[in-house]
Amino acid sequence: MVIHKSTVLPAGTAAPDFTLKSTPDETVTLSDFRGHPVILFFYPSDWSSVCGDQAALYNELLPEFQELDAKLLGISVDGVWCHLAFSRDRKLHFPLLADFEVKGAVARLYGVYREDDGTSERALFVINAKGVIHWSYVSPVGVNPGAEGILSALEELRNKEETK
Amino acid sequence: MNREPVRTTTRPKLTLPEANRDHIQGPIDAPYLLLEYGDYECPHCGEAYPIVRAVQKQLGNRLCFAFRNFPLTNIHRYAAHAAEAAEAAGAQGRFWEMHDLLFENQDALADKNLAQYASAAGIDARRVINEILTGVHTERVREDFRCGARAGVNGTPTFFINGARYDGEVEADRLIAMLVNSD
Repeated sequence: MVIHKSTVLPAGTAAPDFTLKSTPDETVTLSDFRGHPVILFFYPSDWSSVCGDQAALYNELLPEFQELDAKLLGISVDGVWCHLAFSRDRKLHFPLLADFEVKGAVARLYGVYREDDGTSERALFVINAKGVIHWSYVSPVGVNPGAEGILSALEELRNKEETK
Repeated sequence: MNREPVRTTTRPKLTLPEANRDHIQGPIDAPYLLLEYGDYECPHCGEAYPIVRAVQKQLGNRLCFAFRNFPLTNIHRYAAHAAEAAEAAGAQGRFWEMHDLLFENQDALADKNLAQYASAAGIDARRVINEILTGVHTERVREDFRCGARAGVNGTPTFFINGARYDGEVEADRLIAMLVNSD
């Protein structure tokens, strides 16, 4: 198994911009969220049990993320129809982006593509309001990293904002 | 008895039972502390319920057990009201009776069932349902959930043993061994 964890974009790096489909006829562009923190949540695939738990957890925490002014975006290499079915089944209230064509292109930009599996790592990025990565974390693929790291990163951003 | 839901103004301890806010069984100064974050509609929590019972039976007064709510309300449609029913029962002094009834009847958690369990627990069922429908306990349940998320809870059930998250198998022998050996 080849894991290139060292390639993961670290804190302080400008978050590469991208536009991906969120439904068959809608797209999401990262830079449209400038002015607000963004949580990018890369996961290997829809339907696998750990991803489901992780998505369910973040789904429940949307009010907390919103309170911290943050937008949550999920990304995997699955296509839009797969995302739609998964999202409806789990009643997700945040967009799932299809990193599907060219496959894994955005995951590669962020240094979290897994060549050997053809999926992304289970990776989290918190991007600040100016579009710079404030925190990034790669979890072992089979381990749900929870939300503590995201919440801490968002609180740090808010505290920085307040002390300005 | 007319107790208001217990909310805390400062952030509660995330991984240890707290006497002034949590529902606990056993003495708060017991040598072994077990905290569960759970969801009454979660089948894994249902499986853990008799295991916790066995651990309590084995350790007796040397164990303090606390339960906090961690309902995944989008995938479990009855979980939020079930959690609030337990809190509402707690406001009438019967939290644990309701907690047990909910786990023993996980496949029937609609409001009408909750009312039946309230009556079975010997409390005012109308008051319980009224408190659920008017959201009296919503913020308390949410506070538990937020604590769990900050403590690193990533699914249910999640146990904290003497303050540290336990990621092993939920089996009585293993929980007991960890409780007794980890402080």
